[in-house]
Amino acid sequence: MNTIPLPNYKEQSPAVADRFRRLKERRVILEAERVGKIFPVENGDIQALADVSFKAYRREFLSVIGPSGCGKSTLIRILAGLESATAGKVLLDGQMVEKPGPERGMVFQGYTLFPWLTVKKNVMFGLEVAGKGQAEPEALQWIEMVGLGEFVNHYPDQLSGGMKQRVAIARALANRPRVLLMDEPFGALDAQTRARMQSYLMQIWRNVDITIIFITHDLDEAVYLSDRILVLDANPGTVREMIEVPVPQPRSPEQHLSPEFLATKAHIESLIHSQHENEDDLPIIRLTQVNDDVF
Amino acid sequence: MAWLSIQKKLSGRKRALLILISFLLPLILWSTISYVPFLWHPMMEITSEGDSLYLEKGQRVKRKVFDRENKRLAAGGENQMAGVRANPVYLPAPHQVFVAAYTSFKSKPRRPGDPWLHQSLAHSVRVVFYGFLLSSLFGVPLGIFCGVFDFFSKLFEPFFEFFRYMPAPVFGALAVAVLGINDSPKIAIIFIGTFFQQVLVIANTTRQLPPSLVEAAQTLGARGWTLLKKVVLPAIAPSVFLDMRILLGWAWTYLIVAEVIGTSTGITWFINQQAKYRIYENVYAAILMIGIIGLGTDMILAWIGRNLFVWNGGKRNGLFQFLVELFYGSRHETFSFTRTKYFNHEYDTATEL
Repeated sequence: MNTIPLPNYKEQSPAVADRFRRLKERRVILEAERVGKIFPVENGDIQALADVSFKAYRREFLSVIGPSGCGKSTLIRILAGLESATAGKVLLDGQMVEKPGPERGMVFQGYTLFPWLTVKKNVMFGLEVAGKGQAEPEALQWIEMVGLGEFVNHYPDQLSGGMKQRVAIARALANRPRVLLMDEPFGALDAQTRARMQSYLMQIWRNVDITIIFITHDLDEAVYLSDRILVLDANPGTVREMIEVPVPQPRSPEQHLSPEFLATKAHIESLIHSQHENEDDLPIIRLTQVNDDVF
Repeated sequence: MAWLSIQKKLSGRKRALLILISFLLPLILWSTISYVPFLWHPMMEITSEGDSLYLEKGQRVKRKVFDRENKRLAAGGENQMAGVRANPVYLPAPHQVFVAAYTSFKSKPRRPGDPWLHQSLAHSVRVVFYGFLLSSLFGVPLGIFCGVFDFFSKLFEPFFEFFRYMPAPVFGALAVAVLGINDSPKIAIIFIGTFFQQVLVIANTTRQLPPSLVEAAQTLGARGWTLLKKVVLPAIAPSVFLDMRILLGWAWTYLIVAEVIGTSTGITWFINQQAKYRIYENVYAAILMIGIIGLGTDMILAWIGRNLFVWNGGKRNGLFQFLVELFYGSRHETFSFTRTKYFNHEYDTATEL
């Protein structure tokens, strides 16, 4: 039960409402149309995703959240082209997505920097593959942008977890992708580093023309970063609700305690929580002597 | 107890000490048996034969035989033999072996036209080199292809898995029939012994490649041949290099079998010949030589590996950088032996040689 009365998360201030109206007038960058995914296993098939549809607009920050096993990672892998959908389709700028490509940059949860390349060479990788001249100065710009100018000649093993993910972001952005797909990129980081990475990401997003699809299981992170949040149900993964976050942009850490923020968070929590009701009633067996008077 | 703690590394000094002891311990054991006269020494080396009719000076006989003969001589009133306790001729003392290791290079072969020791050794090294080179030329690419593509894996590996259970030496007679009696059948045996294992081992190593690295490269636009060349090869290179070091050891093992096929050659021929002459210190010296060549090559390769794969915890050594620049010129913008501060591997980007 909430002790402080919270506003309805659907109430938007005029500025926020206006922002969403303008957002939806922008062109659609990435579109999922009734995407479904079935994994064949020995005893029958597993339906990981069913009927997932959404649109991401230009320069939008869209998060995907849901209980574990809702197929968020499968969804982003389909968007990246690393896996193919068994139903529906994904469109990037109206073009069908079938294979992975540099126009959809991706940052993974695990560290995927190439350990045999220095930070600079890692960021240059995509540019060199594409055969673009001027790879080096361009790469250096992106490294500078994520604040790692001093570390251009370090190997990934010499960097901390947060730094590695910043290089991974720079590496993806150096290709000038249309959309940046992020699969729980800060999942392995500690709380402080994670908070710092969130504000780095916000800054980058504000300064680059990029649409971000961000997968997370952290409610705070989703509400803090996103324009809109796609909440998925589990078994099979379906769209529960597309939430427009009523917290004004640009965001700052103080907003974590604003009423709109808390209301949105509470609502998503109730959405995800309602799917787990029967798991709460665990049979409690008391194995030790407990003095109930203490309560 | 600081020396024995589970899964804890010892300090550098203790480790160095133990490494030294691991070599000293067998040497001490060998020396003790050789130099302490009352330990073992089951033979008598005769220093003066007395009036014995069948034993001669310098001969080694069992102590029982020596005593019986002396008793017989004493009973007949003849001059007794004198002797010192000795080890059998097949166990020479360390100093004899070390001297032999030097003199066997200097001493002429008994029969004119026979190869000297260094020629025998060079012959062996040559056979191992060609056998291993030939095997690697086909084995490494095929292994990598099997590890990357399920197609090649299923096409080749099942048969190789079967074939590797047939010991290479059994193909000796066939190899001679097909390839004649020179070095070719020997190289073929080393090839057969190494190749099939090599493909399977390297295929397995390649399969350990984390798929996320390949996926990351794909989302950066790499595909096909570029993906193989720029991601798969550098990612597996350190492990493949390690595999090759181990496989080279196997190739040496097959050498000894290979060298008795057809005409006996190389170090095996030398060892057998010296055993026939009963010059056992030369036998030991030659065996020691194989060990030293093996360990030496492995240490050099390990050193090269540490210098090649700097990102893998290694370190670029100044000598190595110098050699690289000698052959390739200084082409790394951030680090150069000739242009910047010495040996600062932090600024070293020489990863793609």
